[in-house]
Amino acid sequence: MNASARRVAVLGGIRIPFARQNSSYARASNQDMLTATLEALVGTFSLEDETLGEVAAGGVLKHSRDFNLTRESVLGTRLNPHTPAYDLQQACGTGLEAAILVANKIALGQIESGIAGGFDTTSDAPIAINEDLRGVLLQFNRSGSNASRLKALTRLRPQQIVPQIPQNAEPRTGLSMGEHAAIMATEWGITREEQDELTVRSHKNLAAAYDTGFLDELVVPFLGLERDQNLRPDTSVEKLARLKPVFGGEQGTMTAGNSTPLSDGASVVLLASEEWAAAHDLPVLAYIVDAQTAAVDHVHKREGLLMAPTYAVPRLLERNNVKLDDFDFYEIHEAFASQVLCTLKAWEDPVYCRERLGLDGPLGEIDVDKLNTQGGSLAAGHPFGATGGRIVATLAKTLHQHGSGRGLISICAAGGLGVTAVMEAAA
Amino acid sequence: MSDRYQQLVNTPIGKIVTKQIGLPNPVKLERYEHGQPVISGPVLLGASPGGKLVAQAAKVLAAIDADVHTPLDEHVRTAVADASLEAKVWSPDAALEEQTFKALVFDASGIENSEQLRELQAFFSPTIRRVRASGRVIVLGTTPADCKHPRQATAQRALEGFVRSVGKEVRRGATAQLIYVGAKAESQLSSTLRFYLSPKSAYVSGQVVRIGASPLTADGIDWQLPLAGKFALVTGASRGIGKAIAKVLARDGAHVIGLDVPGLQRELEETIGDLGGSTLVLDITDDDAPARIATYLLEDHGGVDVVVHNAGVTRDKTLGRMDEDGWNLVLGINLTAQERIDDELLARESIRQNGRIVCVSSMSGIAGNAGQTNYATSKAGVIGMVESMATLVAKQGLTINAVAPGFIETQMTAAMPIATREAGRRMNSLAQGGLPVDVAETIAWLASPASGGVNGNIVRVCGQSLIGA
Repeated sequence: MNASARRVAVLGGIRIPFARQNSSYARASNQDMLTATLEALVGTFSLEDETLGEVAAGGVLKHSRDFNLTRESVLGTRLNPHTPAYDLQQACGTGLEAAILVANKIALGQIESGIAGGFDTTSDAPIAINEDLRGVLLQFNRSGSNASRLKALTRLRPQQIVPQIPQNAEPRTGLSMGEHAAIMATEWGITREEQDELTVRSHKNLAAAYDTGFLDELVVPFLGLERDQNLRPDTSVEKLARLKPVFGGEQGTMTAGNSTPLSDGASVVLLASEEWAAAHDLPVLAYIVDAQTAAVDHVHKREGLLMAPTYAVPRLLERNNVKLDDFDFYEIHEAFASQVLCTLKAWEDPVYCRERLGLDGPLGEIDVDKLNTQGGSLAAGHPFGATGGRIVATLAKTLHQHGSGRGLISICAAGGLGVTAVMEAAA
Repeated sequence: MSDRYQQLVNTPIGKIVTKQIGLPNPVKLERYEHGQPVISGPVLLGASPGGKLVAQAAKVLAAIDADVHTPLDEHVRTAVADASLEAKVWSPDAALEEQTFKALVFDASGIENSEQLRELQAFFSPTIRRVRASGRVIVLGTTPADCKHPRQATAQRALEGFVRSVGKEVRRGATAQLIYVGAKAESQLSSTLRFYLSPKSAYVSGQVVRIGASPLTADGIDWQLPLAGKFALVTGASRGIGKAIAKVLARDGAHVIGLDVPGLQRELEETIGDLGGSTLVLDITDDDAPARIATYLLEDHGGVDVVVHNAGVTRDKTLGRMDEDGWNLVLGINLTAQERIDDELLARESIRQNGRIVCVSSMSGIAGNAGQTNYATSKAGVIGMVESMATLVAKQGLTINAVAPGFIETQMTAAMPIATREAGRRMNSLAQGGLPVDVAETIAWLASPASGGVNGNIVRVCGQSLIGA
């Protein structure tokens, strides 16, 4: 990183419990969730009437009317209305990318403080009008005379009543993300058992995080929900084994259990310069040290859609002169258990590391006891834009409790994207 | 020469009937066509821990641009990465049912004792039923004589029983081979592995080949024309197996010098003329034949690179009815003439550096055959000649090997009584007779300049015949 860059402190983070689709938050909009989450952060860190450098947040599934959603949410909180804000979107990498953007501005001295976050609702989905109907209406609108308006309306057809529903599919392959993950699982020979074991570990770790009070300050209740709705503390490999495959056909290994469910939620983190933190008497939990994004060519080279973090992390490691096993904690977003396992196997594989990543040998192994120690997306759920904020806040607190050490964040995203970051404990 | 039974069982109704009543079900074997890839279809490459040959095997597979799959085993993955092979991952626990392989290649050279032979079961049990039609199972081992410890030698020798049984278990024209690689001979693996992977080895199964060290390597060879610029003498080249040998050697780039007796001059000239080769008409049993051959080769071609002793005859009689002429003729042509020619060529150094002598033995020479005491004696003698001369010719930078054909569909076998013919055809793992081209392809492999590590071997081309196994 730039030698003149300042250190970027993570002061804390807050999220609302994640809900399963069409459940507790069925009637909550993205703006409702983000505003409530921001407001909780304001309360916790006494930011009432504070003018922050900026607030950056985003979500994947948004209504077109919500073009300035984050700014609107800021205006709905007790933050000073002079606080600027913007929306951004990078699929499941949105939340972490928001944190990277805010952190970079702090590092460069452009701002002193900021909030990064994300949100998503799969329940209050932006259903759009039929594309043909839209064409008719636009033509109607463009028409200058009554006659031509009438002509436009003659193109109305009954089937145009069918709306456009957002698809969970890759535009260039037509396959759902789960189907892509199933292809990866087959390519890497990932077994059902491995996936179910990882899933159980995720649930156990998240349940323990609630039980030990780790999540007390990180999660605030919302609409009557106090814990992540998807969490099954008593799940087991035996119970998961009963589920039928949902991706990859009859022989598939991926089930509703070892894949993340569609969910709703929001999260935010507070970032600042060390000076700002000291001036506001807020302890620093951890620092954001560096970040790296990457993309795979899943279209022409047919690379695994969710494998981009495998490219990003080696670049991150090289730039920071550290090895894969130099970390005390690893936060790898569990889009699917198979995705995490494919990533780990790829980094251990001499062929992949040499042919794809251009390394001399395997990148290395990760001690699974250091992986997603406070639970992962399989247990918590995965409101696309909200996952980055959940992970940054979790890792910051984990590092703070540990008192020292380094953490690695890796998030895969649609479009063959990967967003990764390194964090360090505040000594 | 047509195999009507094979044609019948491969009709839709024939397939049902043979399956229902359990008759032999010979499939049409895939055979090599010039210019086609060495192997078409995925290859699964595995190795026991400590296998020393997997790296070389990976290089060969990379060179032939094979679609390689391997288990996620760091030893194997490192080997394929070093060969710049972007190998796919194979996991028996997670593989789809439709995942099949054209070849399974397993490096067993790291197996050091009988307990570690379990690696064979671990690798092959989940994979053997995934072998495609005309598929290949190839096990690589360390030559037992080159093993340091008796237990290692024992375990390596045990591979023979495994591979021969696999050859009998695999179906639909698939074959199984064992390649023993001796000390410092790893780099000699290419020509043999390529041959066994390819459809060229269609009718070779259950064979054990030993590869030794050689100062010459296959580097820089044109695998499409391995014999380019080479001169190859083929005796008995006018028809049958000899004609097929001449054709295949010419296809591989050799200038073929076809030799046959005056009575077959016209046929010989027709065959060899088509190939753009030269002809030499003489009777190899004549007293001056060896000298004339050597003089011709030296004066007209400056020497020779490949000598194929193919000429042979049968004069079948049970021993009690065998007359002296019948005995002497067969021994004279099939064995003594070869010895005399070799002696003369070697004495006058007519065979160039990295040259090859390939002899044609026979399954009868290995197993014996009623009515063929003379023939079997001569053909067993050929094996003796190969074994006894291997070290000797190696000193001149040459190799000597033999092929031993089993039931090959020729005019000779077409004239057999039907019961004998059917028994001969079906009593092998592939349940059919071979073709002359199968013998020729095997000879071409042994004749290749890349086969310098293959010396003193007898390779049967018999579809893994039950006779003399």
